[in-house]
Amino acid sequence: MNVIIENFPLYVDGLLRTLQICAYGFVGSLVLGTILGAFRVSPVAPLRWVGTAWVTVFRNCPLTIVLFFCAFGLPEVGINGLYFWFGVTGLVLYTSAFVCEAVRSGINSVSPGQAEAARAVGLNFGQSLSSVIMPQAVRTVIPPLGSVIIAMIKNSAIVGAFGVGGDLFAVGQGLASAQGKAALPVLTGVALGYLVITIPGGLLLGILERKVAIAR
Amino acid sequence: MRLSKVLRAGAVVAAASLALAACGGGSDGDSGAAEPSVNQEAEFEAGTTMAQLNEAGTVTVGTKFDQPLFGLKGLDGEMEGFDVEIAKIIAGKLGISPDQITWEETPSATREEVIEQGKVDFVVATYTMNEERAQRVSFAGPYYQAGQDLMVKKDNTEITGPDSLKQTNARVCSVTGSTPSEEILKYVDKEQLVLFDVYSKCADALRNNQVDAVTTDNVILLGLVEESGGDFKLVDKPFTEEPYGIGIKKGDTKFCEFIHDTLREAAQSGDYEEAWKNTAGKVSENTPELPELGTCA
Amino acid sequence: MSTSILYDTPGPRSRRRTAIGSVVAGVAILAALALVVQQLAEQGQFDLELWSPWIDPTDEQFPAVWDLITEAAINTLTAAVLAMAFSLVIGTLLALSRITAAAWYRWIIVGVVELLRGIPVVIAIFFAARVLPQFGLDLPTLWYLVIGLTAYNSVIIAEIVRAGINSLPRGQREAAESLGLRRSQVLAQVLLPQAFRVMLPALISQLVVVLKDTSLGFIISYEETVNTAGIIIQNLRNPIQTYLIIAVLFIVVNYALSRLAVYIEYRLSRGKKSVSKKAEEATMSEAGTAGA
Repeated sequence: MNVIIENFPLYVDGLLRTLQICAYGFVGSLVLGTILGAFRVSPVAPLRWVGTAWVTVFRNCPLTIVLFFCAFGLPEVGINGLYFWFGVTGLVLYTSAFVCEAVRSGINSVSPGQAEAARAVGLNFGQSLSSVIMPQAVRTVIPPLGSVIIAMIKNSAIVGAFGVGGDLFAVGQGLASAQGKAALPVLTGVALGYLVITIPGGLLLGILERKVAIAR
Repeated sequence: MRLSKVLRAGAVVAAASLALAACGGGSDGDSGAAEPSVNQEAEFEAGTTMAQLNEAGTVTVGTKFDQPLFGLKGLDGEMEGFDVEIAKIIAGKLGISPDQITWEETPSATREEVIEQGKVDFVVATYTMNEERAQRVSFAGPYYQAGQDLMVKKDNTEITGPDSLKQTNARVCSVTGSTPSEEILKYVDKEQLVLFDVYSKCADALRNNQVDAVTTDNVILLGLVEESGGDFKLVDKPFTEEPYGIGIKKGDTKFCEFIHDTLREAAQSGDYEEAWKNTAGKVSENTPELPELGTCA
Repeated sequence: MSTSILYDTPGPRSRRRTAIGSVVAGVAILAALALVVQQLAEQGQFDLELWSPWIDPTDEQFPAVWDLITEAAINTLTAAVLAMAFSLVIGTLLALSRITAAAWYRWIIVGVVELLRGIPVVIAIFFAARVLPQFGLDLPTLWYLVIGLTAYNSVIIAEIVRAGINSLPRGQREAAESLGLRRSQVLAQVLLPQAFRVMLPALISQLVVVLKDTSLGFIISYEETVNTAGIIIQNLRNPIQTYLIIAVLFIVVNYALSRLAVYIEYRLSRGKKSVSKKAEEATMSEAGTAGA
C-alpha cells in the first residue's frame, strides 16, 4: 500500500480532475437533458423527433464511440478545442439521453388532473410545464436521475483515455504501466478514489429520496 | 438419422480445416517477404525455455498490432513488420515455423504484465530497454537502436526540436504508458501533453490541428509520415537513445543468451538485413547494423 | 398519447403557431445537418475510397473487412452473453442471500454490493486482467472481460431481483407461508418465478448495457468490435467511416433489444397492470442507466 501513500498527491490531483469533469458533465447533462425532455413532450413535431432520435442514438451507442466522435469528429466539422472539452461534451451528449428519459417518465407520472387543472386556470404549455408539472415531476425524477448521475461519475473514467488525461483512472494506468508499479495497490487506490465520490453520492441520494418521497 | 447428422457435421469441420490449412500454406508461398529458415533439428538442453518451446512446437509472441513498419496486423490477419520478422527469426531457430506462432497484442501499457504472467514467451514490440522495466523483466538485445523525435505538419517551421516546444506553447501528443510520454515532460508542461492509447490517434489529432506535434521513436514516426502521404514530416533531431530489446521472463539468462546467438547469426547470414529491407527499410534509406548486444545477467 | 394532457386540443390560432414553430424548428435542424454534411464533404469524408471497403461488395477489401467485423461481433456477443448469464446466476443468489440472510452477515452482502456498484466497470475489467493473474489465475482475455462485467452487473441484477420480489403483493408470500412452505420453498416456488416475469424487461435493458460495456474490452486488448475497428482503421485510414458503421451496428442491435423489452412489458402488463408497473418503478432507477 506504500504506492498509494508515496503517490498521494498524484491521486488527489486525479480525484480533483475527475470531480472537475463530473461537475461540468453534471450541469451540462442536466440542462441538456431537461431541454430534450421538454422537446419530447412538445407540441412541435420536429422537436419531438429530435428528442426521440437523440435518445435512440445515444442510449444505444457505447460511450467509447461517442467519445471518439467528439475527439475526432468535431475537428472534422471545423470545431477545434481542448480535448478536455471534447471529453466533457461526449459525456454530456451521452448522459443527457438518460437524463431526458428520466425527466420524461417523471412528467408522465404527474397525474393528468394536474395538467388539466393548470390549463383550466389559463396556463399555456410552457407555464404549466414549468410551474405545475415540473415541480411535481422532480419528486419522481430524483431517484432515477441520481442513478444516472452516479453512473456518469463512473463513466468519466473512460473520458481520460481520449486525450484528456490526468483523471483518477489515467493516474492509475500511468502508475501501473509507465512506472511499472504493482497493479493491486495502484488500482485499489483508484477504486477507493471513485468510492469516495460514489458512496457518499449514493447516501445523499437516499436522503434526498426520502425527503421528496410521496406517501403512497 | 441423428448419427449421420453428427457425422456430416464432422465431415464439414474436417473439410473446413483442410481448406484452412491449404489457405495457410498458400499465403505463406506468395507473401513477398522471404521466410526465415526453420531449424528442424534444433536440440536444446533439457529444462530450458528453448527446450520447452521446441518440444511444444508453438510459441506465443507479444507484439504491437497497430504499428506500421514494426508490428501491424493486416486485414487478412497476417502480421507484418520488423518486430514480426525478428520474432520469426527467433522462432525459426527454435524449430518453430511462422504459422505456429501465436501473436498476442501487447500495447505499451501491458508489456511487463504479460511477460510476468507468462501469457507470452517473449515480447518484440518496439520495447525500449530501461532500468525500471529491467526490474520486472529481462531484456535480450538490443536488436535496434532508435531515438525519440518529433513529427509535425509539413508547413510547420516553428518547431525545430524539443527545446522549441515550450516557447511555441505547442501541444504534443503521445501514448499513455510509453517511455516517450515520460521523457517529453523534460521539455514541456503537463498541460501541453495529450495522451491516447495508440499512435494512430495522435496522427489523426495532428491532421485535425488538435495537436502541433507527435513525439515517439523516430522509426515509429517514420511509418506515420509515410502513411500521411506527405502531410507530415520528421523534425529529425533525435534527442534520446532508445535501444529496442526483446522482453523475456526475468532472470531467464539461458534464453537471453540463445536470443543473442540467434541475433548475431542473423546479422552474419544477412537475415537481419533482409528482415529490415522487407519492412521498415521500405521507408528508411539507411539499413541499420545490429547494435552491440548487452550482457545477459 | 400521454403528451396531450399537457396542452388543450389546439384551436386554430395555436395550431397555426405550432405549424410555424414546426417549420422554423424543422428548417433550423435541417440547416444544422446540412452544415455538418457540407463540412464533412469539404474535408473529403464522403470520398468513395473511404467508404467502399464497407459498402461496395466489389471492393477487394470488402470481404476481409466484414469477415473481421463479424468475428469481432461474435466475440462481443460471446462476452456479453457469458457476462449476462453469470450475472443472472450470481445476482439472483446475491439477492436471495440478502433477503434470507441473518442480520449479522447481511451487512457483508450489502457492503459487497455497494462496493461493486460504486466502482467504474472499466476499472473492474482492468482489475480482473491485472490482478487476478498475480494470484495465479491465468485465463484467456475473454474471461477477464467477462469477470469484470459480471462483478459489476451481478450486483445490478441483484438489485433488480430484489426489487422484483419486493414488488409482488404481500399476499403471495403470506399465502405460500400459510400453506406451510419453508422459506426457501416460498422463494423458489412462489416468489422467484413471478418476480422473473416482472423483471424480464429490466433484464433485457440490462443486456443492452452489458453489450455496450463490452466495448471497454479495448482497455485489455480483447478483440471485440470497437478494438477491431481500430485495426481496420490502421489499414484503411478511414476512422470516421469505420466508427460510423460500428455505431450503426450497435444502435440497431440495442434498439431492437429495447423494443423487445418494451413489447414484453406490454404483453406482461395486460391484465397484471399493477404488479409490473410497480416493478418498473422499482427497477427503473437501476436498469438502463448505468454503464458505458
